[in-house]
Amino acid sequence: MIAIYKREMRSYFTSPIGYIFVALFMAVSAWFFMSYTLQAGESSNFGTYFQMILVLFIAILPLLTMKLMSEERKLKTEQLILTGPVTLAGLVMAKFLAAFSVFAGAFLLSSFIYYIPLTLYGNPSPVIYFCCVFAVLLGGAAFIAMGVFVSALTENQFISAFGTMAMIVPFLFASSLNSYINNELVRTILSGISITARYTSFAAGIFDWAALLYYVSLCGIFLFLTVRVLEKRRWA
Amino acid sequence: MIKVEHLVKKYGERYAVNDISFEVRKGEIVGFLGPNGAGKTTTLNILTGYLSSTSGKAMIDGLDILEHPMEVKKKIGFLPEQPPLYLDMTVREYLNFIYDLRKCKLNRKEHIGEIIKVVKLEGTENRMIKNLSKGYRQRTGIAGAIVGNPEVIIFDEPTNGLDPKQIIDIRNLIKELGKDHTVILSTHILSEVKSICDRILIINDGKIVADQITGDINKDFHGNKRLSVRIDGPSASILAEIKRIPGVVYARVGAEYADGSSSFLLESKNEVDIRKPLFYMLAKNSWPILAMEFPGASLEDVFISVVDDTEKLENVKNDKKGGNRK
Repeated sequence: MIAIYKREMRSYFTSPIGYIFVALFMAVSAWFFMSYTLQAGESSNFGTYFQMILVLFIAILPLLTMKLMSEERKLKTEQLILTGPVTLAGLVMAKFLAAFSVFAGAFLLSSFIYYIPLTLYGNPSPVIYFCCVFAVLLGGAAFIAMGVFVSALTENQFISAFGTMAMIVPFLFASSLNSYINNELVRTILSGISITARYTSFAAGIFDWAALLYYVSLCGIFLFLTVRVLEKRRWA
Repeated sequence: MIKVEHLVKKYGERYAVNDISFEVRKGEIVGFLGPNGAGKTTTLNILTGYLSSTSGKAMIDGLDILEHPMEVKKKIGFLPEQPPLYLDMTVREYLNFIYDLRKCKLNRKEHIGEIIKVVKLEGTENRMIKNLSKGYRQRTGIAGAIVGNPEVIIFDEPTNGLDPKQIIDIRNLIKELGKDHTVILSTHILSEVKSICDRILIINDGKIVADQITGDINKDFHGNKRLSVRIDGPSASILAEIKRIPGVVYARVGAEYADGSSSFLLESKNEVDIRKPLFYMLAKNSWPILAMEFPGASLEDVFISVVDDTEKLENVKNDKKGGNRK
């Protein structure tokens, strides 16, 4: 598992993909931070900024996950890994953690950097700030788990990337549909699956255990499904 | 070392592998021979744990692959049909990766250095795999399969698509590896099996149709002697005359040529030499012999005879059943 994690990390940075991800993320997040926090003069209101970051991840997280499983299958290197002494769960976990490390590294770095001007020129609440950071980390982890799952379904990286985006969108915007729907049951379901609804309590500075459980189980479900997909292919 | 019992793999309603059983002893090099789509790759994939069987057992060193996948996988080195290479790695990085993946306990530097030497990859170990030629990629694949010194090495069509020089190199390498490993080699090239393997398993339509020591392959599978003759003359009458020669158990027309000659494939009892009576009979009828040889049975011939026999056998069985019903 460690071997696969190391290889995956290495491959992010021997190919352009890791650099593209980090560069894109840094550039766009800096621009968001400028326009939603600094220029708006709201040094203590960064909720919108983090919410925008979450939206940004729809576009750029698939960059990290699109090749995870699909490329192995296309190059047939899957055969090397699956005939080696590695469990499927270990394989999936290693892939997930590699993508999560790159994402978390870039995101945490930017979050710490942006915190500096906030404290210099304003009076932000560190609790709320880092609750937001934590919430985005969890949301990102859930998105990556979805990406890992989708990339196990196809050999084609483009399908994998767009499939992941298509999968994330309903989770992210489910709650915004709520105001258009008059059915209590549907509304409950929609806010039940919504990632943004969970995010709001963190943004208010509340450490919400239920939300934590929600994010962790979302990751767990999709990683489990990935293992099942791989397992099923052996038996098919 | 390797024991396969009643292995079955179904894809939907189609049998890819249909009730295969065989055993491979320690230190043997066994050739797995069959036409494309016969079920070779599927069987090997099951043995290596890449696929699961529908039913039956595959055991390595007494351990069932489904029950003890981790232990079994450590004992097997596998080179699939398309070598599983990460193109963005150098040869050395790739071998190091497999070393980590297989959780090897040997001295890393020594072991990998030795593999590079054995597989003759010196000079390329620091090149990216994507820049290597097909022959070197294949070597890298073989190198990967022997990392960790597994007891069993399985090669799936290892010389596919290589040039003749590379083919000879790879065959020699496999022979060398066979000295202290148990090797299964799948191929559809008979000469490959002949030059490398101790034993040969022929698989067709998901079933094992023959299990032979390689030296015996020149004989027919019933111990008959085979002869191939090209004769100028009317094929039907020649065939009829040939069949009349004492000792001939089987004869058929192989091919008819534009110049009016035909080739014949004969089988005679092992203790009878039919060449002389054949010559006198043909001379009497003024049918000149253009060529005569003991064919090292070609795969096609072996196949035709083996598959024919299986079909004949089934027909007989069906006839019997039909007869009983009457």
